[in-house]
Parts: sequence; structure tokens; C-alpha cells
Amino acid sequence: MSSYAAPVQDLIDELGRMPGVGPKSAQRIAFHLLKIPTEDALRLATAITEARQRVAFCTRCFNVTEGELCGVCRDERRDTTVLCVVEEARDIVAVEKTGQFRGRYHVLQGAISPIEGIGPEQLRVAELLTRLEPEAVTEVILCTNPNIEGEATAMYLGRLLQPLGIRVTRIASGLPVGGDLEYADELTLGRALQGRRDLETG
Amino acid sequence: MSQYRDTGVVLRTWKLGEADRIVVLFTEHHGKVRAVAKGVRRTRSKFGARLEPPTQVALQLHEGRNLDIITQAETVENYRSVREDLDRLARGVSMLEVVDQLAQEGEPDPQLFRMLTGALRVLADDDPPLVVAGFFFKALTQTGFGPMVDECVVCGSDGPLVAFDPDRGGMLCGPHRLGLPVSADAAAVLAQILGGNLGAALALPASPVTSEVDRIAIAAMEHHLERRLRSPSVLEGN
Repeated sequence: MSSYAAPVQDLIDELGRMPGVGPKSAQRIAFHLLKIPTEDALRLATAITEARQRVAFCTRCFNVTEGELCGVCRDERRDTTVLCVVEEARDIVAVEKTGQFRGRYHVLQGAISPIEGIGPEQLRVAELLTRLEPEAVTEVILCTNPNIEGEATAMYLGRLLQPLGIRVTRIASGLPVGGDLEYADELTLGRALQGRRDLETG
Repeated sequence: MSQYRDTGVVLRTWKLGEADRIVVLFTEHHGKVRAVAKGVRRTRSKFGARLEPPTQVALQLHEGRNLDIITQAETVENYRSVREDLDRLARGVSMLEVVDQLAQEGEPDPQLFRMLTGALRVLADDDPPLVVAGFFFKALTQTGFGPMVDECVVCGSDGPLVAFDPDRGGMLCGPHRLGLPVSADAAAVLAQILGGNLGAALALPASPVTSEVDRIAIAAMEHHLERRLRSPSVLEGN
């Protein structure tokens, strides 16, 4: 038995489906939306409608985009021979922020997870393979998460791509800048040691 | 008892909220435990790679109402070669998936725990073809559902045994054949595994016989769990 008017209850139910929003938060947000000026609330509604109607996936790299191709794919100054493979479109934003990469991307839209039954055929792997030749890709950077699913995905793709004569690289694992050595776990610290580099002195 | 310590193997994880994970562990003294690891998905988390399958960790947990909270974790064994090899990982994950199904929350099973850590150790060190099959059959035996492989489950005759039927829980002789056909070589390996000579079975090199035994083990386990295992098929043929 709901004690709210039907539209209010509908709003609470819909908000409650959002990730990380529990029933109490949903209730709080719903009442906030009812309290603020109508135009503010409608602006949110329009933003959602617009985003859903105008945003699609890039037909080439599966990044989110407003048109057929995403901003990165449309940008002619970018190096088409280097491809950075990421799990999700939001990872592109993270890599772009570094300013260290000038190639194109490929979004897998997930990662291999044997325990959840997610295999390569549920990801955009076939689409990745068809891009290699037309775009003359010479290097694929496997930029999946350094967790068990991401590493399984990287290993799988490595096996698939290496026989094709393409340079396949994996992003390095190491210590976060600004952190303390003593808190690093053995695996990360071990990899940081393995991937150590000669000191460049200016 | 609001704080407790235990050692456990990470079976699987679920994302929770912004940066947390629910970690499902199989602990030595508390059975299966579902606990929250706060902030593990952040790059600067103090847990780092410690709470990922199939790591074995020493833990300090804080008892919660629903889920416990992991306050400290130290690696006991990270089975690095399992993590860093796709084939071993697939085999390791199938063992974790089975333990996740067999183990119950609040029901300690130290023997199953020792079997799991032992099997992971063998997988990490030598990766013999029958490590998963051996683990499945031993785990079934330990739960009291070990198949009968030295005589026909219908008539009790000792041979030759030519088929395996998960439904009847064992091998069948020619006149009573049902289920999967089994070659004489595979029947001998099954008898080794379940007859206390697992070491000999683990020493076998990969062959059509070991794949046959592997398939029988998966069928027996899936029948017992009454569900299909997800992990064996995901990376098949790669």
C-alpha cells in the first residue's frame, strides 16, 4: 500500500532504479524535484530526453557520440595507426585527460568474465578485427582495467592479434603517483619492479 | 564478536556503488562469506590486487548486519601464474565457480578449503590436464556425492564398465549402459582418481583420454549442482 499520490510514487520507483540510489534517496530526490521551480525540473527532463534521443554509439569505435562518428574518429589529425582498446566509453575520457595518446580508440563495451558467462562474442571483438586492415593499424594498446576481467580480456585479445603481425602492447602496472610504497600490494609492486626503467637524467 | 579474522580464497566479486565491491570469499573457518571491500576500485585503494580471484588472503572483518566489512587484507598466496595465463585462469575460475555453488554461508568446511587451496597450488605450479576433473570428483566425494566407478551402479558387476550416468551416480556395464559412453582408458583414469590414486592421474599428459575425463567430471558436477557451469564454455576453443 503506497501512501503517496500515484505520480509521486511512480517518480520514486523510477529514481529507485538508478545505480546507487536506494528507496530513501529516491524519496529524497523525488521530493526535491517537486519543491524546486518547475522549469528547473523540466530542464532535467529535457536533458534526459535529449541525451537519449541524440546520443548513439560511434559506428567505428563504439564511443558515445551525437552523430555517426564520434569526435575522436572525426578528428583528422589523429594517428590512425595506433588503436587503444578500452572496456567502456568513459575510459576514453580518462585516457584523453592524460594527453599522452593521439591515436584512435575501440570500445569493447565490457570485459570477458568467465564467472559471469561473458565471453568474447558478447563484446565488440569482431568489430575490432575488421578495423585493423582498412585503418592500417600497426599497434594495438590493450588498455583494459588491471583487474581479473580486464587482464583476461587483454590476454585473449593478445592471443588473437599477435599472429596478425601487429604490435600488441599492454598498459603498464605500477605504483600510483603520490602513494606510499609500504601500502602497495605484492602484485602491483612486483610488476612495478619488473617494468622498471633506466633513470633518465637531464 | 564484532571483529574476526580468517583466511580465505576470493571466489568472485560484484561491483557495488561507486568504488566498492562485494567480495565473495570461501574462508577456512567461517565457510562462504560475503563482505564489502570499500573503495577497492580506486587506484589508490589499500587493498590493491589483494581482493581479486583467485587470491588467498588473511583477513580482518567487521561483522555487519547483512554483509561483513573487510577492514584489512594481506596476501597469503596470489597464484600469479593462474592470473597471468588465460588457460590456467579459465580452469581456476571453474573451480571457484563450483566452490561458490557448493559452499554455504555460515557453514565452515575446512576440508573443502584445503582441497581448493591444494588444487590452486597444483594448477599454479604444474597445470596438469586433470587438475579440474580431480578437484571436481574429490569435491563431490567430500560432499557425499562421489560417483561409483569400480562396479556397475545397477548390477554391481565389475566390468567391463562402458558408460557413465550422472543420474545414477556412476559407471554402468554393457547390458545396463546409459548416459555418456566411456572408453576403457578413461574408465581406468576415473578409477585412479576416485580410488585414492589422484597423483597418478595428475601425472598424465594431455590426451583425448584426459579431455574425456574432463567432460565426465563437468557432467557429474553440473548434475550435482543442477545447473550448467558458466566458466568452462566461455573460453573454450581459444
